[in-house]
Amino acid sequence: MPLTKDEISKMIMSAFPDATLELKDTMGDNNHYSAKIISKIFNGKSRVEQHKMVYKALKGKMGNELHALALTTEEDK
Amino acid sequence: MSDINQKIKDIISSKDIVLFMKGTPDAPQCGFSMAVSNILKNLNVKFEGVNVLSSDELRQGIKDFTDWPTIPQLYVKGEFVGGCDIVKEMFEKGELKKLFEDKSLLS
Repeated sequence: MPLTKDEISKMIMSAFPDATLELKDTMGDNNHYSAKIISKIFNGKSRVEQHKMVYKALKGKMGNELHALALTTEEDK
Repeated sequence: MSDINQKIKDIISSKDIVLFMKGTPDAPQCGFSMAVSNILKNLNVKFEGVNVLSSDELRQGIKDFTDWPTIPQLYVKGEFVGGCDIVKEMFEKGELKKLFEDKSLLS
């Protein structure tokens, strides 16, 4: 089952409560999303670490139920 | 340590730039792998494309090894640089070229 935008948004916001999130269903197919996440939780972390934190928040769904999520993360300074 | 982890270590230490991808640089089988492969070609660096579709063990093994859920994965001098999104962002900001310059990998 593909993930809905709401489900993705909930998982991200519960891991990054302070985040500014721009989430788009880029193809309108519940399968290809793009997310831009700005959060203080990323401050001081490398990009690889930031993306790993997001993948953890998605609880193993990335690469499985969630086929494509183009990810941009930014520190909130 | 399992055999596949050792095999991956051997691969990433044997070449300066290694791209774990679906398909090959000349015949990528996934848009994300193609995008990263094209970026490396654009920067004119020599890289080794490792086709993870050639082995289920490798396909899962590289995800566990890096603790990263998706393919492609780029390694430079034995270090994980990122997946498609990070590599694209670094390329657009000129950071990838700088990384290759700093490691004397630009021809």
